[in-house]
Amino acid sequence: MTNPFIILPIVFHMAAAMVLLFFWFHVKIQKILSMVFSCIGLAISSWLFILNWQDGIQVTQAGNWSAPFGITFAADTLGTTLGLLASISLLAVSIFSTVSMRAERLKFGFFPVLHFLIMGLQGAFLTADIFNLYVWFEVVIISSFVLLTLGGKKAQLEGALKYVSLNLLASTFFLIGIAFIYGLTGTLNMADLAIKMPAIENQGLVNMTAGIFLVAFGIKSAIFPMYFWLPASYHTPPAAISAIFAGLLTKVGVYALFRMFTLLFVGDNFMSITLSGLAILTIIAGGLGAIRQQHLGKIFGYLIICHIGFLIAGIGIGSELAITGAVFYLIHDIVVKTNLFIISGFIGKLTGSQLISEQGGIYAKYPLLALLMAVPLFSLVGIPPLSGFWAKIYLVQSSFEKQEYFIAFAIILGSFLTLWVIAKVWTESFWKDQPSTIRNGKDWKSFSFQEKLGILTPIIFLSVCSLYIGLDAENIASVANRIAVDLLNPAEYIDGILSIKK
Amino acid sequence: MEVLLVIIIGLLHACGLYMLLRRSMFKMIIGLILLGNGANLLIFLIGRLVKGKPPVIEEGMKVFTDAYADPIPQALILTAIVIGFGLQSFAIILIKRVYNVLETDDLDELNSTDEEL
Repeated sequence: MTNPFIILPIVFHMAAAMVLLFFWFHVKIQKILSMVFSCIGLAISSWLFILNWQDGIQVTQAGNWSAPFGITFAADTLGTTLGLLASISLLAVSIFSTVSMRAERLKFGFFPVLHFLIMGLQGAFLTADIFNLYVWFEVVIISSFVLLTLGGKKAQLEGALKYVSLNLLASTFFLIGIAFIYGLTGTLNMADLAIKMPAIENQGLVNMTAGIFLVAFGIKSAIFPMYFWLPASYHTPPAAISAIFAGLLTKVGVYALFRMFTLLFVGDNFMSITLSGLAILTIIAGGLGAIRQQHLGKIFGYLIICHIGFLIAGIGIGSELAITGAVFYLIHDIVVKTNLFIISGFIGKLTGSQLISEQGGIYAKYPLLALLMAVPLFSLVGIPPLSGFWAKIYLVQSSFEKQEYFIAFAIILGSFLTLWVIAKVWTESFWKDQPSTIRNGKDWKSFSFQEKLGILTPIIFLSVCSLYIGLDAENIASVANRIAVDLLNPAEYIDGILSIKK
Repeated sequence: MEVLLVIIIGLLHACGLYMLLRRSMFKMIIGLILLGNGANLLIFLIGRLVKGKPPVIEEGMKVFTDAYADPIPQALILTAIVIGFGLQSFAIILIKRVYNVLETDDLDELNSTDEEL
């Protein structure tokens, strides 16, 4: 179904960023405008999601050049769902950043770059052209480079150097993969590629291309041997920036893996074994890394890696149930990880330290706040009936069905490692008495009303979202199931893109 | 011509990887630039080279009758070069800042974010 308005999320965030640029010297106006724009962005994404849910895939061809010759944008269920989640994260982060970021950082264009970042993400989720995916990835990473280095602290610069160099390397690999795919098929449109890929005689070459793409997206989504940049960089910027990174940036790599490995590189046994193996190693490496850390940001950073493994495991198993589980986990993970980093910033403000050994006494002092923070922490572990539990059930069940016992074991082990880590965080920073040696934390009562509002609103908002995901799991599961069915039977996607000719 | 390009692409990738594996920040950036250029040339080569056949339809004709150069790889490279140029200039400025703040060019000394506290 042709609908030129599906590019509205991209155009809107670009316009929003440009409007914000006009208020460069007026940080207060930027704060208000950014919150308003984020609300409108959420409304647009919800509209697109509902439209796609009711009428199926929406397509638009740039300049009326019919596919596969022109540039195509397609809004399918996976893309619109992720777009909606990105808007939810953006709204929470834009509220949180108005009170948590120092004015000197905000002065250098934090809000415009934030909206450019979301523009890139929305573009990546909506494009149906592999070279455009590359371009949107670049929009995303250049925005993230700016956000990461904003303020220019020593640790930030160091983390940024590692992040920048590995992301540039990943982009180069992506470009090499695109070169091979174009050489093999002579097209870059994803639907057209999906038809032409199985017809290639030399499937060895296709596998090699798949390997190159796996490296490119593997670096971006921080899977097993290529994750070292993440714990080195994610905890260095302020909490608001870490939150949007944690929620969305690794997930866009996973999104690309979902697309590539269900649409283009399908049915190859070697690749699914590779993905399963990498998933197991990712889960274990992330979980063990998280246990060893003391720094709150680093603990959550390693947990991101651990949980990326669950998502990759879903692609590796490859059955409908497994993909449903992985998509469910993706939906839950974006909301919860954004919330966790916001909370880590908040705990840091309360106790004056990011090291869990130097924190403590939150539960005794602020029982209600502790209860609020318990929601995302325990959702992450997946204690039933909170979100995360159902997704893991799906994943474990599907791996037993496919007799992939190692994956089932790794997922259960990963869940226990997460539980251990969260229990450690809970005992150290919530139950333990605050050490008397360090006392540069700020009392909750001394926060101004505006600060209280700006910190609590996003946490409550995201907690309600994750409670909804857990308690109304049936609805979320039906969304995830529809995405899985669409991914495994891409006929509708291909027809939707290719059959529109004027 | 193709063989020459293949050799150049191989050399660019090899040199790029070698430079990336060095310990100096500056050499790392050079390595990334070389790799990027290698990738661009690869796209150029893989779009099949034809000499003296521009993608222009002759006068009075409606379709191509002869082999013609594929314009898409060139459009792709143009985009990739522009993007790569922007990212590389950002990276160069970043290493200059890192050098000014940390006063070292040795990547092995950039380990304060990994240290156990």
